[in-house]
Amino acid sequence: MKWETFEHDADVGVRGLGATKAEAFAACAMALTAVITDPTKVGGFEAARIECAAPDDELLLLDWLNALIYEMATRKLLFSRFTVSIEHHRLTATAWGEPIDVARHQPAAEIKGASFCELKVEHLPDGQWLAQCVVDV
Amino acid sequence: MELKSLIQRSEFAWEVPQTGAMRVPGILFADRALVEAMDEKVREQVINVAKLPGIVAASYAMPDAHWGYGFPIGGVAAFDPDAGGVISAGGVGFDISCGVRCLLTGLTVGEVEAVGHELADRLFAKIPAGVGSTGAIRLSAAEMDAMLEGGARWAVERGWGRGEDLFRIEEDGCVAGADPAAVSAQAKQRQRDEMGTLGSGNHYLEVQRVVEIFDHEAAVAFGLKQDEVVVSIHCGSRGLGHQIGTDYLREMAIAAPGFALALPDRELACAPLSSPLGKRYLGAMRAGINCALANRQILTHLTREVFGEFFPGHDLPLLYDVSHNTCKEEIHTVAGEKRRLFVHRKGATRAFGPGHPELPPEYRAVGQPVLIGGSMGTASWVLAGAAGTEERAFGSACHGAGRAMSRNEATRRFSGRKIVAELAARGVLIRSPSLRGVAEEAPFAYKDVGSVVEAAHRAGLARKVARLAPLVCVKG
Repeated sequence: MKWETFEHDADVGVRGLGATKAEAFAACAMALTAVITDPTKVGGFEAARIECAAPDDELLLLDWLNALIYEMATRKLLFSRFTVSIEHHRLTATAWGEPIDVARHQPAAEIKGASFCELKVEHLPDGQWLAQCVVDV
Repeated sequence: MELKSLIQRSEFAWEVPQTGAMRVPGILFADRALVEAMDEKVREQVINVAKLPGIVAASYAMPDAHWGYGFPIGGVAAFDPDAGGVISAGGVGFDISCGVRCLLTGLTVGEVEAVGHELADRLFAKIPAGVGSTGAIRLSAAEMDAMLEGGARWAVERGWGRGEDLFRIEEDGCVAGADPAAVSAQAKQRQRDEMGTLGSGNHYLEVQRVVEIFDHEAAVAFGLKQDEVVVSIHCGSRGLGHQIGTDYLREMAIAAPGFALALPDRELACAPLSSPLGKRYLGAMRAGINCALANRQILTHLTREVFGEFFPGHDLPLLYDVSHNTCKEEIHTVAGEKRRLFVHRKGATRAFGPGHPELPPEYRAVGQPVLIGGSMGTASWVLAGAAGTEERAFGSACHGAGRAMSRNEATRRFSGRKIVAELAARGVLIRSPSLRGVAEEAPFAYKDVGSVVEAAHRAGLARKVARLAPLVCVKG
């Protein structure tokens, strides 16, 4: 599982790679945290259960990221561990994290939403799955 | 951007020729250097917008245009509901009615600098800013709906401001036609503790000095004097607006095939203005605008309270409040005919020229104030809508500098701590909960706002009135 953020003119892209689609989604969620803070500084055991369903993989990724953004915004949490399972465009997941500690996390910018820009969910030729999009900050 | 793909119409206007499925041409307002610096994606997005049904006259890009989602940021496009026109959640964006308001203090730079650090500390303590910050206001479900319908008027009625503030806000502080029922429970939940908060990223509250006056008649009308101090507040509709964007982008993307809309790009998700979905989004988006107006009104009240502690008797009248990221129903004359149009301005400011009936009487002779935000350490500007701007771009102008550098690059190149120290040495006091946030928003990470303003001025979109420089910046 590998994650990274990537450049966009005004905002930031989040990208996850994994052996499975679910792993790529989890990695992409880690990149989402990295937009706000260093994920290695985020611990904790507060859990958020997330379920979503969508007509296709790309919309499912959007729904997954937007569900995390909603949980972060309304519960003032940051997440750093994810278990994700996906079956037939239906995702069930748990995200674990802790409340935002401004002094320790130095959160840079809140994420407003996940966009269709650069939105991709692909099974790569090397067998890995990629999940990515640009988020508005 | 490759200039060879454009037809130069004047020194500050470039045409993207109408080809293929484009229904209208594209027009970029910028000088050669700004156009060359624009990403090729801007041209692509201007073209895509020009393909949407019901678009009128042209697909415009302002001098600060950059790559957005579907529409370019700095994009302006008007749609006619009677010609199959559409409304696009992507053409408004996530931060509905993000905007700037400017307050006059009547104070001199010397008076403010004498209490600079204490004033900065009090503003930072009073104005909730940054990721995870919360306001002191909790709204019941009924009050939330009243706020979404009433905007700044609701805030003034609840004691956050004065009646005369309303006349210095677009649409007198309250957009008609807001539909709280079209706003999801999640959006309302996201706003539950965010009323009266600044947010983060490029949002700020700045105490600024009037450095230079360019148009004395307009400056007098606006109440701006050389070396006096103003306060600018840049923020938007907070979580509520973000969630409305999220909800309707998704819904429009899924619904598009049902409307037989062949979208060149899924990011252009839209719905016919005449459709139930289009009408519902319009009602929700207007509620989002009202939320932003109420939010900026509450922040104004908090700012006045702080200034009142230091400068009793200075009541900080409002110069004006402008919104970016909106779709507004306006009457425009097109080819000699008055038409009711829905003007999307994404990262663009309404900029009505002199004589426009919607302007407050005291500004009617000089044009609408247009407030251009800077970026921590750089200049901000007050402009005035230029004569003839309604014919040029539906009465629109730029909104800021636009980023020159990605956030990742900025954090690699700049240290937040160093920026705070360097700006302090230049007399600019920064207060922010996040040094990483300061690094991401470094002044050098943005394009030169001066060249953007110059292009807007010379393209006849908005006239330069005054240049402002920061003294204190509270950054989210």
